[in-house]
Amino acid sequence: MNDPAAWVALAPLLALAGALINGLAGRAMRAPRAGIVATAAVGAGFVLSLIALLALAGRDDRSVSVALWPYASVGGLDLSFGFLIDPLSVLMLTVVTGVGTLIHLFSIGYMRGDDGHARYFALLNLFVAAMTVLLLADGFVLLFVGWEGVGVASYLLIGFWYRTRANADAARKAFVMNRIGDAGFLMAMFLTAGAFGTLHIASVNEAAVGMAFGSATLGAIGVLLLIAAAGKSAQLPLQTWLPDAMAGPTPVSALIHAATMVTAGVYLIARTAPIFAMTPFASAVVAWIGAATALVAAIAAIAQTDVKKVLAYSTVSQLGFMFVAVGVGAYWVAIFHVFTHAFFKAALFLGAGSVIHALGGEQDLRRMGGLGAKMPITGLTALIATLAIAGVPLLSGFFSKDAILLHALTSTHLDGYGTTGLYGVLLLVAVLTAFYMFRWYHRVFAGRFRGDAKTFAAVHEAPATMTVPLVVLAAFSVGAGWLGLPAFAFPNVLQGWLEPATLGGLVSMPFDHPALWVEWLLLGVAVAAAGVGLGLGAWVYVARDGAPARRFGDGAVAAFARGGLGFDAAYRALFVGGAQGAADGVAVLDRDLVDRGLLGAGTALGTFGRAAAAIQTGRVRTYAATMFAALVILLLLLAWTGART
Amino acid sequence: MTGPVPTEAWIVLSAALFLIGAVGVLRRRSAILVFLSVELMLNAGNLALVAFARQWADAGLITAMSGQTVVFVVLAVAAAEVAVGLGILVAIFRQRHSTDVDALSEVRL
Repeated sequence: MNDPAAWVALAPLLALAGALINGLAGRAMRAPRAGIVATAAVGAGFVLSLIALLALAGRDDRSVSVALWPYASVGGLDLSFGFLIDPLSVLMLTVVTGVGTLIHLFSIGYMRGDDGHARYFALLNLFVAAMTVLLLADGFVLLFVGWEGVGVASYLLIGFWYRTRANADAARKAFVMNRIGDAGFLMAMFLTAGAFGTLHIASVNEAAVGMAFGSATLGAIGVLLLIAAAGKSAQLPLQTWLPDAMAGPTPVSALIHAATMVTAGVYLIARTAPIFAMTPFASAVVAWIGAATALVAAIAAIAQTDVKKVLAYSTVSQLGFMFVAVGVGAYWVAIFHVFTHAFFKAALFLGAGSVIHALGGEQDLRRMGGLGAKMPITGLTALIATLAIAGVPLLSGFFSKDAILLHALTSTHLDGYGTTGLYGVLLLVAVLTAFYMFRWYHRVFAGRFRGDAKTFAAVHEAPATMTVPLVVLAAFSVGAGWLGLPAFAFPNVLQGWLEPATLGGLVSMPFDHPALWVEWLLLGVAVAAAGVGLGLGAWVYVARDGAPARRFGDGAVAAFARGGLGFDAAYRALFVGGAQGAADGVAVLDRDLVDRGLLGAGTALGTFGRAAAAIQTGRVRTYAATMFAALVILLLLLAWTGART
Repeated sequence: MTGPVPTEAWIVLSAALFLIGAVGVLRRRSAILVFLSVELMLNAGNLALVAFARQWADAGLITAMSGQTVVFVVLAVAAAEVAVGLGILVAIFRQRHSTDVDALSEVRL
């Protein structure tokens, strides 16, 4: 452990220690202390991540392996646990622990006064511990441990206020949808172990490159990994859990369901990039699933009336962008978008949390408005983050989204799978994104307040533990994109940093390099998309004062979009209905056949017992007479059978 | 009539004693007499055992001791049984001033 980069291997332990302290002794601690312990645990992990980042940046060999312990060795399959510290995992760790620290800090203010604040911080730390394990794992099995760990933490935090039935239902829904993805993960592991005889990710990647290009095995592994990633990252057709996950406390939505956990699917595909680089088919499925999800979620986001659900659908949509990026083979671009998205989406969610906090729990956009004047810091940071996600030039979201658009159009990896179509869909989604984010910002912070006057009078800016994280996140929402400026004209730090880690120098992804003026033109088109979306928003909500939206808002189309485009209803009809019917049938069987049968047998035995008890008179002479009579009968029988033989 | 009494005679006597004992157990109500009858039945059995033991030993098949050993075991057990049984009887008599077995039917379910 003389290597400073390897120190980051302690990050999961630190977070776990925080979780244990808060979980075991949290009840004894008074209000801010549990939060301080938790924040310090994650903050220390952030410092270690930064040290690792700087240590790796300063040298050429940027891959450090930390062997932990041999877990099992079965039939030639060696399952040793170990951590891999490389540019990809360290960058993700820095984001997770950095954004995590800010959100922990924000939570101190947000959760003050909640009875379960120690439990809350214990779970939040548990999540960070599991997430860091997921990111650091050098093998599929340990990665799966972290993968399940974040799933459990997510489940527990969605259902944090479990006394409300809807929250517990949302938690279960998230868990079940994630399990479907997990089944894909397990099958991918089985197939990998069978095909390559190892579950060590780097070895699998190397072996994958040695296989025939486009082989069916790799395609199957790729599609199964996609199922896993789609479950965790809320992609079609498993996306329905994420909007419901908003039942959890808002900082949880920011950390787990926006900035970090939901990007685990993207990370998984980037980690196994060589597999996807060798199979255009699986890659195309990834890209088109991503594009479809981006479009569906963007449409749903426009019609939401809950301040958090807009952001939830927006997250699903942005995750779709990332899936397109990994699909077309631009792995570093996907991580770039994960990176920028973590900041502006966390800022948006925490801004929403700040507003909900100020309004005493109100989440309905129809009873908000004009809050920017009362909450200047929240309003300004939310505006910056809104512009960043909308793709306004020079802000972070612009660069990462433009990189995705550009790579979708110029990918030759997916030749024959309609890259132009991908580009078109994403451009449309970019317009929609700018529009629904304008709507969101305007409904919350601009215009006039639509709730009652008493609530408005009580609105106040949040305390410093909440505004400091907002300001830091807003600053990164501006600047995070400058690490990945368009490569054709500017220095691009991120590509050189990430590409050796994702592709491992095993393969290189082919992209067209259009003429310089075309690149500038595409950049202009991206700017225009943001402009059109924002302009449309301004026309609807400022120029016409929301009149077109009101006319549209009560219609069947809007209701359809608000319900997430009918996926929940379809699943209810397809799966829930059948399962419910089967369960009812089994319940009838259980009640009328099993229960009745067992009860009947019991009653019969009781009756027989009571009848038999009558023989026992308690009179000794009766017993003796019975014994003699039996003896006589036995002797007679013996004599008779003896006579016969 | 000289010579040993034949085994058949001993067995007839044993059977008669056993029957008397059995009838006594069934007919008598006094617990003391029931006990006495039980002893009669046990000793009828003992009588048969020693009679057969002598016969087999005479035939040179087995030693006379094996049948007689069993008799000693029976005697020992019978003595123990009487000790416990009479103890119980004394306790019962102190309580209810009678040893009528028909009246003792409380100890049941």
